Amino acid sequence: MSSVSMEAATAAKAKQKQRSKPGRFAPNYWPFVIPALIVVAAVIVFPWVFTLWMSVNSWTLGQAQVFAGLDNYLRLAVDPRFWDSLWHTVLYTTLSVVAPLFLGTLAALIFDTQFPLRGILRGVFVMPMMATPVAIALVWTMMFHPQLGVLNYLLSYVGIGPQEWIYNQMSVIPSLVLVETWQWTPLVMLIVLGGLAAVPREPYESAEIDGANVWQKFRYLTLPMIAPFLMIAVIIRSIDAVKSFDIIYAMTQGGPGTASETINIYLYNTAFSYYDIGYGSAMAVVFFVLIVMLSFILLMIKQRANWSDGEAR
Amino acid sequence: MKRKALDRIGLLFVALVMVSPVVLFFLWMISLSLKYEIDNGAFPPIFIPERFAWSNYVKVFEENNFFLYLWNSVLVTGAATLLALVIGVPAGYGIARLKAEKSAVVIMIARMTPGLSFLIPLFLLFQWLNLLGTLWPQIIIHLVVTVPIVVWIMIGYFETTPMELEEAASIDGATPWQVFRLVALPIARPGIVVAFILSVIFSWNNFVFGIVLASRETRTLPVAVYNMLSFEQVSWGPLAAAALIVTLPVLILTVFAQRQIVAGLTAGAVK
Repeated sequence: MSSVSMEAATAAKAKQKQRSKPGRFAPNYWPFVIPALIVVAAVIVFPWVFTLWMSVNSWTLGQAQVFAGLDNYLRLAVDPRFWDSLWHTVLYTTLSVVAPLFLGTLAALIFDTQFPLRGILRGVFVMPMMATPVAIALVWTMMFHPQLGVLNYLLSYVGIGPQEWIYNQMSVIPSLVLVETWQWTPLVMLIVLGGLAAVPREPYESAEIDGANVWQKFRYLTLPMIAPFLMIAVIIRSIDAVKSFDIIYAMTQGGPGTASETINIYLYNTAFSYYDIGYGSAMAVVFFVLIVMLSFILLMIKQRANWSDGEAR
Repeated sequence: MKRKALDRIGLLFVALVMVSPVVLFFLWMISLSLKYEIDNGAFPPIFIPERFAWSNYVKVFEENNFFLYLWNSVLVTGAATLLALVIGVPAGYGIARLKAEKSAVVIMIARMTPGLSFLIPLFLLFQWLNLLGTLWPQIIIHLVVTVPIVVWIMIGYFETTPMELEEAASIDGATPWQVFRLVALPIARPGIVVAFILSVIFSWNNFVFGIVLASRETRTLPVAVYNMLSFEQVSWGPLAAAALIVTLPVLILTVFAQRQIVAGLTAGAVK
């Protein structure tokens, strides 16, 4: 079923391509692209090639550069600090995807309805996403202060004792995730809201006649229809969270100790605090491969979800 | 009817609860920035002080060279955005017309790459070229952020603009450049506005490039505000005031250009 519709789709696409071919008035569009190609080559491709080359060299700034083969990668494999940072990254990313996904979907469901002041409130809700992360992080740092911070004061109202937030090894990652969630829930909300806008009304009317309750309508109608958008939100959020830097660096610099040191922070410290360029480059390569693998897996899941979606229709 | 009105009030209430962390955060930020040290150190915390410490804002500019850093931020963001538009708008046009959307993969990869991995080689390159200490390294490296945004948005935009006018113009003997300049570009103005706004915001907010590449004289605002934290006896009032100054331009832009921002962010996302 799906393969037939796929074939039809590709055939239609080919036809469309044929038709829109400008024939003998085909202008040469390459000159438009060349300046951008040069910039991409200079600031994106060159750094990549250079990083790959550096990763097989042993070089600390100010010392001699020696070809090292795979030494840096082997060193990485047995570096406990790297494995710790990998675990912190996994934990941080998972929490920073799940929490905004849940809250953002909830917010989108609310903003999809009609109520007074909806436009203004949506505008306010979106603000954190665009605010300067460092500036936000500094204010959160003040709010997290164990003695003078306003958060512990608010907690005392509901009978919870003072927390140490980012100053305790156990609570530092959840606290950072709280900030990340505060800032990025709006993006999930916007994406899901885009999905909700495309949802047709009729199924809901017949569901209501059949006596479905709010939860059933969400579970069996809304959720399947917005699933592709949720997947997009998961992909974008994962890629952003896994390389989160500003918030973590500004608030804890990876501390206390190395309790919140993610790969990105460790990479920064290696390259720009210890100036261990070779090792840092190897870490950058491995980190990039991890991100590509993560995106690839998520895209595969999305692809399969789309297919079964097509079959159902 | 009555039932419906009640529903709406209920939804409004839920929405207010949802928005409250945002509102309370920014109100508290303003409150911190307008209090003297004694009030900021008080427990239980004081929300509205008896005396407002406007001097915090004066202090930020007087003691921290903030005018210079503000100017640096304007220059870096302005130059990186303008260059990105000059390079990226034609590129978006070319890619859309060549039907080479696959090449947008490069842009996706640029988005996935951690900023730090661009920094190591470019830092060494700038050092070798003896450019550190000027604003050029930051302007150039901000292109890593701004060019992909502009190209990405413009591809999407030019794909939706009609081809017929352009074909007619080229039949009439217009060169490709004239077609682009006189036919395609004017239609694409709303798309350019979206690209401009997002490019400005992401460049303005960027922190990681600055902490590596900026020297004392070339700091941008996010770096400057971070340095206030690390090199001084931390006093909360001026720090909050500085944080507010850094993020205020972006927040104002967000309020006024909300529709464009939403359009730009979701256009890239839904594809």
